[in-house]
Amino acid sequence: MVPATQVTAGISPPGAQERRRLYRRILFAEQLRYALLVAPLIIYLLIFYIYPVASMLVRSFIGDGGFTLEYFERLLETPVYWRVFSNTVLLALATTLICLALAYPLAYAMSRASSTRAAIMFALVLLPFWTSILVRSYAWMVLLGRSGIFNDWLSRAGLIKEPLNLLYTPFAVYVAMVYVLLPFMILPLYSVLRSIDPSLLRAAEGLGASARQIFFHVVAPLSKPGVAAGCLVVFILALGFYITPALMGGQRDVTLAMLIAQQLDMYEWNFAAVLASMLLFFSLAVFFIFDKMIGIERMFAR
Amino acid sequence: MTRTLAKEMSGASRIGWLTRNLGSVLLELAAGLVMLFLVAPILVIVVVSFSSANYLSFPPPGFSLRWYADYLDQPGWVHATILSIWTAACVTIIASILGTAAAIGLVRGRLPAKRLLNACILSPLIVPGIVVAIGVYFFYVQIGLIGSPLAIIAAHSALAAPFVVLNVSATLYGFNQRLEQAAQNLGATRWQTFRYITLPIVKPGIVAGALLAFVTSFDELIVALFVSGTGAVTLPRKMWDSIRFGLEPTIASVSVLTIVVSVLAFLSAELLRRRTLRMMARESQSEA
Repeated sequence: MVPATQVTAGISPPGAQERRRLYRRILFAEQLRYALLVAPLIIYLLIFYIYPVASMLVRSFIGDGGFTLEYFERLLETPVYWRVFSNTVLLALATTLICLALAYPLAYAMSRASSTRAAIMFALVLLPFWTSILVRSYAWMVLLGRSGIFNDWLSRAGLIKEPLNLLYTPFAVYVAMVYVLLPFMILPLYSVLRSIDPSLLRAAEGLGASARQIFFHVVAPLSKPGVAAGCLVVFILALGFYITPALMGGQRDVTLAMLIAQQLDMYEWNFAAVLASMLLFFSLAVFFIFDKMIGIERMFAR
Repeated sequence: MTRTLAKEMSGASRIGWLTRNLGSVLLELAAGLVMLFLVAPILVIVVVSFSSANYLSFPPPGFSLRWYADYLDQPGWVHATILSIWTAACVTIIASILGTAAAIGLVRGRLPAKRLLNACILSPLIVPGIVVAIGVYFFYVQIGLIGSPLAIIAAHSALAAPFVVLNVSATLYGFNQRLEQAAQNLGATRWQTFRYITLPIVKPGIVAGALLAFVTSFDELIVALFVSGTGAVTLPRKMWDSIRFGLEPTIASVSVLTIVVSVLAFLSAELLRRRTLRMMARESQSEA
């Protein structure tokens, strides 16, 4: 049997070419309709999101007299800015590692718990996840403040005479950053750990592996995608974090995002633009490196 | 020889049993402590908001609703709440309409540069909030929109759209396109196909996306901080200003109200998402 299309092509009745052209035109019209559905959102984003961010990038190169690298030079020449940058990266790295250390046992315990217990634990993880970052930062301010709850407890217990300065210190920033970002680590870890086939664990057990061996040789390697996803999300969010460090840090614990806001307040718009561009590029670079190494789409496909 | 080996083995298995249990106990303990760390601060805020004391203390000396009454008594708080609600409502409408249309086009069409379009739409999820805030701040200064609710609505809609696109796409991927084709073969117009086939199926996705869009705007602070000026003080902005001034328990009562709004919205979105997943699983089963 010869396929129908080949028959028509072979005989080539009059009008076949026109029919093919018409068919192609219908297909094109169909795709055009879909394109028209996407267009409004794209145009909207171009006006209210992409253009503003892009013109901010351009602004970093434009001085009073046209094109300039003046602001980049200033950035490179001032050690204070480099310290802010390295502080921010260190804070983000430390936050990521602490989150991983805290999230892993919880996610692992959740993945081994009975379904009812796992559901309750899951709900308790979602409660802070769903609460706004501002409220969660405020909660820690209430706990750590000079007239806050920890100081109240300690002085009522007679352990201290003067209230401790816990708030507006790097300690407060670390605690609150870890607190705010922890669910972003737990959720991908849990989803990966839960999806590990239990028969693998039984097989390892049947072959005589100890609990420790099962963990290190079966569970840990299989959880790598979750670790990677959690670390990526927490690190990128921590890099650009503004609300928590701005509320809880001291005068000297400046992060990149806080420096950007400060420059804006001082009407150093172009310099704020340079710093923001740097933050944007660094965040995107981290994202793309992860993407090349692990594949973001596979991570989000879960 | 065999006896010592057996003894050794039973010793090893006993140690193994012990370490296994010790490991489990330590794991449960660590998990419990992390759980406490996650939940306790929010519980403290909830309890403090019902405190009768003038100062922050836990447990509070008594129960009262005075901080909620205080919130209602201050026009500043009430205005900020109303502004936040209707701003978020506008964002929900804009993001839902634009996002749903875009999701249908992206999933059903075979468009060139699909990856690029997707990347553009989803990028607000990765780009740091402060970068977006600075960008839109410059833009709004240029066009004189600082301090207007419109400024906040316009920016928040861009940030909220990805959630609608993601949720609607998920429902679209889940159902068979042949249903739409069948309707059209039976003589339905494009509009009828959309109205009676596509829309009912993607509705849970739209609603879930809309709920997330609402919370995104309702809880958003960074953009609001820069563009709200003095004329469009949203609830998070008002909370920020008050927190910088002092940690009065009124803020705790406002916090609890925002927690309730967020949790309700997220919870409904999550339940809708799960229902869609179940329906998709059922459909693929019946097909197989």
